[in-house]
Amino acid sequence: MWEYSDKVKAYFENPPNVGEVENPDGIGEVGSLACGDALRLTFKLDEQKRIKEAKFQTFGCASAIASSAALTELIIGKTLEEAEKITNKDIAAYLGGLPKEKMHCSVLGEQALAAAIAHYRGQTLPKAQEGEIVCECFGVTDKEIERVIRQNRLKTREEVTNYTKAGGGCESCHGKIEEILKRILNEEARPSGPPVASGRPLTNIQKMKLIEETLEREIRPALKADGGDIDLIDIEGNRVLVALRGSCSSCRAAEVTLKDYVETKLREFVSPEITVEEVKP
Amino acid sequence: MKVVYLDNNATTRTAPEVVEAMLPYFTDLYGNPSSMHLFGGQLAKPLNRAREEVAALIGADPSEIVFTSCGTESDNAAIWGVLHSYPQKRHIITTRVEHPAVGNLVTYLSKKGYKVTLLPVDREGLLKPEQLAEAITDETALVSIMWANNETGVLFPIETLAHIAKSRGVLFHTDAVQAVGKIPIDLSRVPVDLLSFSGHKLHAPKGIGVLYIRKGTPFTPFIIGGHQEKGRRGGTENVPYIIGLGKACEMARKHLVEENRRIRKLRDKLEEGILQSIPRVIINGSRKERLGNTLSISFEYVEGESILMHLSNLGICASSGSACTSGSLEPSHVLRAMGVPFTAAHGSIRFSLSVYNTEEDIDYVLEHLPSVIRRLREISPFWEKGESARSA
Repeated sequence: MWEYSDKVKAYFENPPNVGEVENPDGIGEVGSLACGDALRLTFKLDEQKRIKEAKFQTFGCASAIASSAALTELIIGKTLEEAEKITNKDIAAYLGGLPKEKMHCSVLGEQALAAAIAHYRGQTLPKAQEGEIVCECFGVTDKEIERVIRQNRLKTREEVTNYTKAGGGCESCHGKIEEILKRILNEEARPSGPPVASGRPLTNIQKMKLIEETLEREIRPALKADGGDIDLIDIEGNRVLVALRGSCSSCRAAEVTLKDYVETKLREFVSPEITVEEVKP
Repeated sequence: MKVVYLDNNATTRTAPEVVEAMLPYFTDLYGNPSSMHLFGGQLAKPLNRAREEVAALIGADPSEIVFTSCGTESDNAAIWGVLHSYPQKRHIITTRVEHPAVGNLVTYLSKKGYKVTLLPVDREGLLKPEQLAEAITDETALVSIMWANNETGVLFPIETLAHIAKSRGVLFHTDAVQAVGKIPIDLSRVPVDLLSFSGHKLHAPKGIGVLYIRKGTPFTPFIIGGHQEKGRRGGTENVPYIIGLGKACEMARKHLVEENRRIRKLRDKLEEGILQSIPRVIINGSRKERLGNTLSISFEYVEGESILMHLSNLGICASSGSACTSGSLEPSHVLRAMGVPFTAAHGSIRFSLSVYNTEEDIDYVLEHLPSVIRRLREISPFWEKGESARSA
């Protein structure tokens, strides 16, 4: 039995704002029967472009129903710009918290709101559907996983699954989720002190030194943690030639590591013009 | 609050007669049966009687009964015990719908290098005996197939399956946790080599299980310790619980046929009542090859946990194969193995009855369940005016 807060229980048992708004301005539909929860949110604006009315229909567990009801209560009376700022954390907090395994219910609410606002504005793609699918079972994209990790400061793969459902089915995407997590955690662990690429012109010597320093400080530790390493081979203008060593040299995600990680870091700390290329032995 | 307990495949009420039989063994007769004094020694007789009662319920010899702590221990002891006896054989055959006590163990074994064959089931949850015959090889150490499914109540043809294994010289274990006490079992006629069951599913308390080991079956003990249970399971005998289990088995044997007829009637009344009062429901599992006490039923377009929460508020206890109730994100592996569509699996509810259920219990459920389902469907985006509103 889940330990639901009294507010979750109350909102599940007697949810406000059930149904569908007549002639809605915005409609957001997320989830599916197959996934085990689905939410359809409709809203109507008044003359001041504030949300006058919002209703929901939800297929799902008690916390999904309560989260949907909470969402409608949170957005009524707000402008779309204000409503957009509401996150899954606000929904969970409104309900006095959710069991950690149920946090995805609050994320579902946030996604439905984004979808409904996008629909109103004539944008076809709600943000949750951008990017590439990481979890095939529940159709969760890398962008969505990244967004939820950052927003909720998630630290582990289990937390990512609790919040997004990604990785909760066949589990074959656990490796990909770990990669995304590691990338974000590494970024966030970055000390704030060192200079960041500032656009000031660098001499070639300065640039070489800065590249070497950045590799040493920002990049090697993370690669070494995975049993890999990186060597600087040459620098031609803004082209940085490197060779991956150890387990990195045989890793299928090496291309991703180079582009998404090494290049990003060098652009950030050295120059936005930098491109990184791998030299195969 | 009124409580209508319909979750007897999860656990049962300990029978008052069982509690009464156990009590003296906590208070006055607290000795250790292994002790070299009369105070402990006087326990030998009641323990033997309990062992005889347990054996009688399943048509076994008392010497073939080993007491354990639970069904899971019995399953583990059976599987490990056989594998350790045949270290050169590295293949196990089981099914896709086993209880985790077997299912998760064979998953673990497959990671340790064992080859595991999982026999499939059809849409009704039934398996084809020929598939077992085809799966057996010279490498096969053990076949382990449950007798009755805990979620759907579907019965496997254990007699036929055990004969197939025997004819190929392979040992056969059955997890009979849901079958013992609910259907007649006679191991003098059914050639299983090992059988597991648990006390708390038949009105004995939690914490006592049984592993039946047929005479002459190669078996390496799983729990190594003292000489108890003829060296097959170390650990001081749980005297009060063994006495309690003996009493529960005696009661089950005497009332099994008659009680099960009554329970089956109540279950059928519940099933018929739901089918008549609620549209878009699906019965999961063969309605023919099924325990008389179990009803697994799916309510389309609503989610199981929500149903259980509303039922719980009404004092009705049931369980669900929905993802949300288990903390996993996917619905029951049993329903998925049967190919029950996700649309129905998420809204599945299991009602399981016992001798303590009455006609009034069923009437109470039939009175309240339709409005629970109606309320949830009114909230569901997939439901409109009594029908599916939009495609999944």
